[in-house]
Amino acid sequence: MAEAILRGAENSEDFVDRQFSTFFIAGLFFGIPVLKVQEVLRYQEMTRVPLAPDVIEGLINLRGQIVTAVDMRRRLNLPPRAEGETPMNMVVRTSEGAVSLLVDEIGDVLEVDPASFEQPPENLTPEARELIRGVYKLKDRLLLVLDAERTVDLSGKGVA
Amino acid sequence: MEDQDVIREFLIESNENLSRLDQEIVELERRPQDAALLGSIFRTFHTIKGTCGFLGFETLERVAHHAENILGQLRSGQRQLCGSTVSLILESVDAIRKVLAAIETTGDEGPEKFEDLIEKLEKAAQGNAETLKGHAATNAASTTPVTSEEDPSSTESDRAPSVADTTIRVDVGLLDKLMNLVGELVLARNQILQYNTQKEDGTLNATSQRLNLITTELQEGVMKTRMQPIGVVWNKLPRVVRDMAFSLGKQIQLEMDGAGTELDKTIIEAIKDPLTHLVRNCCDHGIERPEVRTARGKPAQGKLTLRAYHEGGQVNIEIGDDGAGIDVVRVKQKAVEKGLLRPEQAEKIGDREAYNLIFLPGFSTADSVTKLSGRGVGMDVVKSNVERIGGTVDVASCPGQGTTVRLKIPLTLAIIPGLVVMSGGERFVIPQVSLLELIRLEGEAGRKQIEDVHGTPVYRRRGALLPIAYLNEVLRLESSGQFDVVNIVVLQAEDRQFGLVVDGIHDTQEIVVKPLSKQLKGLTVYAGATIMGDGQVALILDVPGIGQRSGVLVASREQAKAEVDQAEIDKKVQSFDGKQRLLLFRAGSFERLAVPLSLVARLEEFPQSIVEHAGGRCVVQYRGRILPLVSLSSVLEPGSVDGALARDPVQAVVFNDGDRNVGIVVDQILDIVEDTVSIRQQTARKGLLGSAVVAKRVADFVDLQEVIRVCSTEWFEKTSKAAGRVTVLLAEPSAFVRGLLRNGLEMGGYRVLEAASTPEALEVLSREKVDVSLVAVDLPPAGSTQLLEIMRQKPDFASIRAFALLESELAGGSQQALPTGFAGYLAKFDREAMLRSLERLAAGVEESRQVMADVKDGR
Repeated sequence: MAEAILRGAENSEDFVDRQFSTFFIAGLFFGIPVLKVQEVLRYQEMTRVPLAPDVIEGLINLRGQIVTAVDMRRRLNLPPRAEGETPMNMVVRTSEGAVSLLVDEIGDVLEVDPASFEQPPENLTPEARELIRGVYKLKDRLLLVLDAERTVDLSGKGVA
Repeated sequence: MEDQDVIREFLIESNENLSRLDQEIVELERRPQDAALLGSIFRTFHTIKGTCGFLGFETLERVAHHAENILGQLRSGQRQLCGSTVSLILESVDAIRKVLAAIETTGDEGPEKFEDLIEKLEKAAQGNAETLKGHAATNAASTTPVTSEEDPSSTESDRAPSVADTTIRVDVGLLDKLMNLVGELVLARNQILQYNTQKEDGTLNATSQRLNLITTELQEGVMKTRMQPIGVVWNKLPRVVRDMAFSLGKQIQLEMDGAGTELDKTIIEAIKDPLTHLVRNCCDHGIERPEVRTARGKPAQGKLTLRAYHEGGQVNIEIGDDGAGIDVVRVKQKAVEKGLLRPEQAEKIGDREAYNLIFLPGFSTADSVTKLSGRGVGMDVVKSNVERIGGTVDVASCPGQGTTVRLKIPLTLAIIPGLVVMSGGERFVIPQVSLLELIRLEGEAGRKQIEDVHGTPVYRRRGALLPIAYLNEVLRLESSGQFDVVNIVVLQAEDRQFGLVVDGIHDTQEIVVKPLSKQLKGLTVYAGATIMGDGQVALILDVPGIGQRSGVLVASREQAKAEVDQAEIDKKVQSFDGKQRLLLFRAGSFERLAVPLSLVARLEEFPQSIVEHAGGRCVVQYRGRILPLVSLSSVLEPGSVDGALARDPVQAVVFNDGDRNVGIVVDQILDIVEDTVSIRQQTARKGLLGSAVVAKRVADFVDLQEVIRVCSTEWFEKTSKAAGRVTVLLAEPSAFVRGLLRNGLEMGGYRVLEAASTPEALEVLSREKVDVSLVAVDLPPAGSTQLLEIMRQKPDFASIRAFALLESELAGGSQQALPTGFAGYLAKFDREAMLRSLERLAAGVEESRQVMADVKDGR
């Protein structure tokens, strides 16, 4: 069932926009369709939100718009960033407005070959499977396609 | 003046409708079968008629009414559309337009009454199609002068521009966008102003001042564009009321005051439904049927009043009726039936609380759900809708005279004044609407003013206890260390007040409220976020949410109950005018504990060296006896580290009675004070009776009986032997007073049974063998005499000696009327006299028992 939905999404969207904005999180190479990305920003000062879910790092002022920042390492259950390393803001457009994803490093915009797409491996952890739509096999590395909508949907994460 | 605005509104709307009517009527002539078109024309006339009636324009109303009749016949198929009918309708439109023009220039309808037109319309409506045709020619002829008369007036060059010429319709979306932009501008302005304070630049200074002024003006201007008179919503109500009244067979007159009061459009939208519901409710449940009203000596026509006015940055809207008022008894009964309230709660609850029961979900007093109200939104939805936009609802009612519901609504939602505070290193904004006052306590002494009611911090604010919450604790922020000052922000949430302790208080600012993203919507402690002058984001606190989370505002029903209990105790204790001597001491984490001095035998200090251990307990040899020592803190806080017994010397409060005694070890004896006890709060903690203000500070009252029971079985073993002798029924409404008396009586060796009311007392009497009863004169429901009379009527109870318990001693010049028929009178707080009387009596009981036993034995 879930796979059918994934395949459906892949057919309608991914083939249309083959360009991906890429970024790194804990050494992993991720991509989001370029049209989904609003802008990329350096680390901004943030306002903490007490009692908010763990993955929410804080709120940033994006030219008068208040944007929620989600820490992607925590979102993907990856080890925390080293002391002193500041993340980058990748502001994505979602159905719930702009949300900033905090990632380690920003990569290039890549155009991918749809033929190199493959479903995520079966043994992917359920949490990761929820967020990773699939994999593009690039020459030298794998590009993981992140589902931006699901990434910012914290409804299952429970507010403290 | 307000009326002028409403009329202006009406003129704009009607003029637009009329120009559309012209087109539609012509269109209708071409397509006479188009029902939708006909319906639209009919509705337009109907709207004009309705509004005219409301505004008191009789001529207009009559013209529109008669034209509507004709249209009605067309619609129902009673009449075929023909040229003459169309002419008649168009003529009516012209007439209406003419009157409107007159209203616009002179303010009234003008001299012309259009009698001939109305007559023609009437005839047309009555007559059949033939006669109508016959008249058609003359009609057409007679209309010409009427229409031509209009021409000279419209060509007058010096005529003031009409309202329609000076107004334009703007899409609300555009206004919203403008409002957002102004919000941004306000933020940018704040940033510039803040930057300016750091610079010494003349030009920048002057420019930013100008920017400040312009922004403020622009903000006001744009906000004004979104303002609409509340009359926009009210206009629909006369019709609602009329229809309701008609179908319910009631006569209701609607009065409206302050229709011009302006509110933000979004707020107007938000209160539309609640307001309509409240009005429906008044018509359905509030105002009685004419026959009932006349029977009650009221005019047959009921009055429904709507009032709106500005007050302190808010708009108050009152919906009042002169109906039956809220029947408190029935409301309580319903609440109990629906399981919203326990029966015993219902008895205690006050009128105000009872009125607020109607806002509970699932509540409806309507015996039957009528088709007009009792469906759709309930009062709970009204309340939540109003609260969602930051407003409050309040009900006041007077039986037989009517009910008034008062809504307090903020003027606008987008830009609000807020107080900036710091806590745990973070900055937060508190909406000014919820703010009552700021309290600053300085230094060590200041910090001590926050007192403790077993774990709950409170502050004595003008004599009343204000519950305190610490913002950093509520939000689980690490405390940023000790401060020399304690800043309390006193807040109002719903109908309660509480103090929020913050680390620092900054200034107040105009802030632009921005909603939080969906990921954070679940956090009830925030109302939104805003961008501060330095460009950083700050969270806006949701005051009710903070109150709920900190536990300061518990579920309202429980609260209401607690409040009632407290009020009851307050009343009880305050009515006891005599002062009581109290011993104050400290034990464990309880900083101020109190016991009545009358119960204390001695205060002793024992050197640690003489404290011995015997039978697993600490004892000292005292006046040739063994005195068991018990640490109070070990009873109140089982398992806590107990330092009192290890202290040297050991401080003990000795209680004794005859050959039994016990020493209660405390940390420190503080004081002996004589004060009127005013209990403020009951507690559920074992070993404590409640909290009260003693010598201007809060103290917890120790339940000695409980403490002794916990710590010393020995004492009660002895007591229990005595208890077999005399059983005392203590019938007294106040739990606190019962607790105090019980202490004294049980130490005197009596077995004590308690009752809080006459029915309870009778229940105890029927179940237990009672020798003596002590009855409070104010025993509910009908005083001590009632209980006594019932007792005297039953032979089983005839032998029970009954004493009346008075609030204070007889000698105190008491004005109390003494009830008759009692064996004696005892003052509630005179322990010694009470025990003396009981002793004499007990001796009597013994004697009589002896006699009874003798008789049985046949001696």
